[in-house]
Formats: sequence, C-alpha cells, structure tokens
Amino acid sequence: MKILAAMSGGVDSAVAAARAVEAGHEVVGVHLALSRMPGTLRTGSRGCCTVEDSMDAQRAANKIGIPFYVWDFSERFKQDVVDDFIAEYSAGRTPNPCMRCNERIKFAALLEKALALGFDALCTGHYASVEKDAEGNLELHRSFAMAKDQSYVLGVLTEEQLKHSYFPIGKAAKKQDIRKEAKDKGLSVANKPDSYDICFIPEGDTRDWLSDKIELRSGSIVDSEGAELGMHDGALGYTVGQRKGLKIGRPAKDGKPRYVLEIRPKENVVVVGPEQALTISELSGEKFSWCGKAPENSIDWFEAEVQVRAHGESHPCKLRVVDGQMVIRPNMPIRGVSPGQTAVVYLGPRVLGQATIDKTVSAVLEQV
Amino acid sequence: MPVYLDHAATSPIRPSVLIHYSKALEQVGNPASVHSFGQSSRQMLEEARELIAASVGCDRNEVIFTSGGTESDNLAVKGLYWQRHAQDRNRTLIVTSSAEHAAVLDAVNWLVTEQGAEAHFVSMNEDGVLDLAELSEVLEKRSDQIALVSLMWANNEIGVVHPIQKITELTRAFAIPIHSDAIAALGYIPVNFAASGLSAMTITGHKLGSPVGVGALILARSEKLTPVIHGGGQERNLRSGTPDAAAASAMALAIKEAVGEQAHLQGLHSRLSARLVSGVRQVAPEVKFSSENAPRLSNNVHFRFPGCLGDSLLYLMDVNGVSISTGSACSAGVSSPSHVVLSLGANSDEAMGTMRITFGHNSTEADVDAFLEAFPKAYEGAKKAGLTRR
Repeated sequence: MKILAAMSGGVDSAVAAARAVEAGHEVVGVHLALSRMPGTLRTGSRGCCTVEDSMDAQRAANKIGIPFYVWDFSERFKQDVVDDFIAEYSAGRTPNPCMRCNERIKFAALLEKALALGFDALCTGHYASVEKDAEGNLELHRSFAMAKDQSYVLGVLTEEQLKHSYFPIGKAAKKQDIRKEAKDKGLSVANKPDSYDICFIPEGDTRDWLSDKIELRSGSIVDSEGAELGMHDGALGYTVGQRKGLKIGRPAKDGKPRYVLEIRPKENVVVVGPEQALTISELSGEKFSWCGKAPENSIDWFEAEVQVRAHGESHPCKLRVVDGQMVIRPNMPIRGVSPGQTAVVYLGPRVLGQATIDKTVSAVLEQV
Repeated sequence: MPVYLDHAATSPIRPSVLIHYSKALEQVGNPASVHSFGQSSRQMLEEARELIAASVGCDRNEVIFTSGGTESDNLAVKGLYWQRHAQDRNRTLIVTSSAEHAAVLDAVNWLVTEQGAEAHFVSMNEDGVLDLAELSEVLEKRSDQIALVSLMWANNEIGVVHPIQKITELTRAFAIPIHSDAIAALGYIPVNFAASGLSAMTITGHKLGSPVGVGALILARSEKLTPVIHGGGQERNLRSGTPDAAAASAMALAIKEAVGEQAHLQGLHSRLSARLVSGVRQVAPEVKFSSENAPRLSNNVHFRFPGCLGDSLLYLMDVNGVSISTGSACSAGVSSPSHVVLSLGANSDEAMGTMRITFGHNSTEADVDAFLEAFPKAYEGAKKAGLTRR
C-alpha cells in the first residue's frame, strides 16, 4: 500500500513510520505545521509543532529512508481546533481539542488530502488497533498498553476513516518497548519526552491563555436555588468541579465546601453547590457518531461502558439513541463530567462510538 | 535521474569550481598571519577580491567578504541605518518594499520594533513593479528623515526586475545611501556596481555554482557603515572573522564564469521559460504567470494556480522526479503564503497555490521535457487535493 505517515516529531510516530516501511509499504512522511502567525512577515515563533519538532520528524524520516514533507494545516487548525476551543469555553463548556484535531485535521483534512494525492492510508503513532469482526467489519480496539491507550481520542473515527487508518504500534505492550525499538533503529527521538499539554497553549495555563481571547466580566455566584452567595471575576474562567478560588464569605449551612456545578455564560453566572451534586446520573449529546458499524438496535437501552476523559476509568452504563440524541446512563453515578467533554462508549475493548456532551443530569438535584 | 529546477534556492556547484575549490582547500594559513603560509592565503583572498571586482564593476577595496547574502543584507541595512542615524538623529526612516527578501525585511522590521526606526514600503502594482512616482514623492517630502533606501535588483521569488539605475537617479539628489540585494540578478542579467549608482550591493555565489556559506557586500568607498559583527576587523574594520579564502576564491570563479556566459544563458533561459509557460498554459489555461507584463528574469517562471496548493504540486512533481519550489521557503520547510505574492494584492488562498521554476548554468531542454511530462498528472492530483482544504 501507499502510506502517508503523519510524523509529529515524537518517538511514537517515528517508530510507526519505520514499522510501516518494514511491513513492505511505500511510505512518505509528512509533518503538519499547525501554527503560523497571520500577516505578511514570516514568523519564527510557533506555538505548537515547533521547528524543533519538525526537524526531529525530518531527521527520523531521513534515518528510516523515506521522503519527507511539511504541509501547512495552520489555517484549518486555527478554525477547527483553536477557534472551536475558544468558542466552547465562551459557551461555558469544556472542550477536548485533541479530539477535534483528530476529527477535523488528521483524519479529515489530512486524510482527504492523502487520498486525493494517491495514498491508500494514513499511518499514525496512536496506541489503538484496528481489528476485524467475524463478518469482516472494521472495529477500533483499545491498545494492549492500557496505560498509553489512546482509543478515547480516536473515538470520533467513522467506518470510512477506519478503512484508511493504520496504527502500526497499536499492539505494543509498553511504551518502553517503543523507545527501545527507536533506539535500536538509531532514531534520535528515542528519549524525547512525551507531550501532555494542549499543544497550542505553550505555558500550559489555559485560563491565562484564554484571558486575552475572551472577555471575563465579574458577576454573581449563586446556589442552585438562585440565591446570590458572592461575586466572581469572570464566569468563563471557572470549570465544573472546581472548589478553590470561589471566595465565598459565608459558609454553607452544613459547613461543607462548595463546588462549581454549572457555568451559565449568557447570564455570566456561576452555580455552586455541595460535592454530591457533581455526581451525574445521565448525560446526552446530539453530536454523536459510531466508530465502525453502528449497532443494529440503538433505540432500546443496551449495556455498554462509558469513558469521559482520555485516561479516565470506564463505567458500566446503559445507552440508547432517542430524538437524535445519544443518551447515556451510568449504572452508578459518575463525577467530573461537564458539557463540551466527549463521552466515548465501549463494548469491551471495542470503541463503539462517541458523543459530545450537551447536557448532564445531576444525580442529587434530580432527586430533589 | 531527478531534474533540478530550483536554482534560485541554490545552484549545483560548477565542475570547474569544484576542482578549483578542492585545490584551494589544501592551502594552509590564516590570511591575517604574517608568515609565508598566511601570505599565500592572503594572496588567494585578494585575487578573489580582484576577480569579483572585475566581474561586478567595482573597486577591489569595495568588496567585503561575508558568510553569505543574509549577513550582507543585515550588514547593509543595520550598518547603514546605524551610521546615518548616529550622524543625524532625525534620520529614522527606511524606504524599502514589502516584497524584499526576508534578510532585508526582517532586518528592517527589527530596526522598527527594537530601535525606533520607521519603515516606508513603496507600493507596487500586481506585476510587482514599484511605484517610482511614490518613491520620488517620499524622497522629496521626507529626504531629511531618511536613513537609507533598500530595494532589491530582481525579486528572487517572482522574477520581476527593478530599474535600479532609475531608482538611484531619484535618490542621488538627496545624498541618501541606497542598498540593493542583487543576489537574484547577478549572473542572470547585466549587473555593474559602478554604473548602477548604488552605495551598497549584496551578492553571493551559490546561486551561480559556488559553494554556500560565502557572500560579499559591495560597499562604495565613499560610504561608511557601523559593523554588525565585532572582532578582529579583518574586512576593512567593517566585518570581523577569519575570511574563508578558499570559499571566496571559489565564489570569485563562479561569478566570473556566470558573468562571462550571462548573455548566452539569458537567451537559453528565455527559450526554456517560453516553452515551459506555453506547455503549462495548455494544461492549465487558468494559471497566472506572475509579473507577466513587467521586465523579468528569464531564468525564473512563477505561477499561481487557483484552487490548488503549492505543497501538493511540489510533492507530486518531486515524487515524479522533478524538483521545483513553491517560492517561499522557511526554516521548517513549511510553505506559508508568500509575503511577496501577498504584497502583489493576491489573497491568502492565491498566495498558497504558487510554483516557482528557476533555471541555472546547467539547465537544458531535457529539463523542460521532464517538467512538461510530469506536470499534467501532478496538476490534476493537486487540484483534486486542493478542494480538501476548506
């Protein structure tokens, strides 16, 4: 096959590209430039995918012996990932930009371009694997290296995208094995540290980064009955589940700490309440997709598991689609869920699909 | 055998220069040393200086060797600005254009943001032709505030040639230093420093078949500038660092040969360009040929293809054995929208769909054959991929 290997400059994608070559494919490496300051002058500063990353990727491609190019996706990245991130925060939601990048850049814009240029598939260094069921349908499965499993961020892939996705290191048992393989192959990225931060927020301080992009106005902090408890200095700077920095003078009646339960951007209001009010008994979203073949019957409740963050636990749940919404009911209420996040649903190791969470139902307030 | 059509980025070393350079590298001695070894190196360096002076029409003392074009541009722009500004604090204005090479543009930009300078960018039309009436007006109105004028001789990206003599005629009356980056012009059109009326001129050899890493600033004897690099003061106290005598010697030979065959190559390149443009137009009638209605370099062909990306075209040509450029390179190898094409009034999409083909000393009809054979399929593929961007 003709394979386009997306190379970030990290160790995983370098080894993935090398394995694709060893498997006998015709491989071309590409690094995505995702940041470029607009204007007429060149810029030396790149917030993400730095020049160093690009050079590391190029060096790895040279070593592996494949042609290498840098393609500029910065405009698409800005529109579809960075602007979306700001808009989601402005709407009081908590977005997952890595997910958006996979959905709209890597496995959309880049994959489409690759197919148009004559490639058969896109190869990345993600820890997840594409498997076939008994009937030959493609499925996305969790990585064997559970600690590194990245199936969550690939939950947005559709059946069509799975057909053209190739994850050569998805079956690796441990990250250390990949580093050792890189070292054995003479790749200089073998010991490069993993990246964890959001790539376009270089200092890792989201609130600070957002502060000059969205307007933060002071407003009220209220309880779930609407009684004003204090003032905040910008509702959009808060996240659901936050406890510190609320600066409410009066203690709660029961003397227990209060947590952010909800952000209402239109009214510029932060709603707070007791810890147990953070537990969620139901979540739903209208922007959902199936990863591979859709279930035959999704109208009736069926058993699955749900995961709401990249390296979080998965929780047994019931699931169905009603009125164009994917509705998920965890068997036991779960914590740490807020609108904007992605719920990825699994059937055992298989990724079944995902939904961007629009609405959550509090396990406690519902009972009130 | 892959075909190389990116001589404006760098040109293959000439066989004669390679032999000469290899021999020159055997020479031991720092040109500043007093002993016989040093004197032999000094002799090589000074012969190179004389050869360059004879080839570009300047005095031997006007050749300042540098590490390349970028250093020469920085030395000219910053050095002339600092010198003039130190003499007269009112002189803060730099007159240039927004289509200059980054080595000039970023140096100007740095002086503006860090040193309180002001830049005036002379307007140009959609062919990249400078508005000389506007230049004249700025000179008339603000002559006592201008520290220097810097306008390139020919544009490295789109190939437009500027009327340097007319420009220096305009500046002469005001006794303002005028610098020109002549890298794209030298060896491809007639260039004569003395006749040009310039105060300073940037040249390098690696677009003509010399090794990279060596260049020169031609600085009129009457002109003073403040050094950028301080140290031993080896080059007229204006540039420090041990001069690379072997590289200077190789550059001198490459420039001599290029200037000697310039008229012949210009004729050949005109024929190659005409055939290439007509072949591309048959496949892509919608293509824009940049600076079509302006005086231009015959070794440069610059296209803008609506609806497809330059990097797709580059990839598809490259894998089929034809190496061309999108025209604007940057350190990470990314093709960003070209600041030159944007300054012609093109929108960002148009500035992304560019292709630059540049011929050099060893280009042949067979190169154009190979290009025209690979192009139709590459264009079809790039057009298909181009639609995936939105």
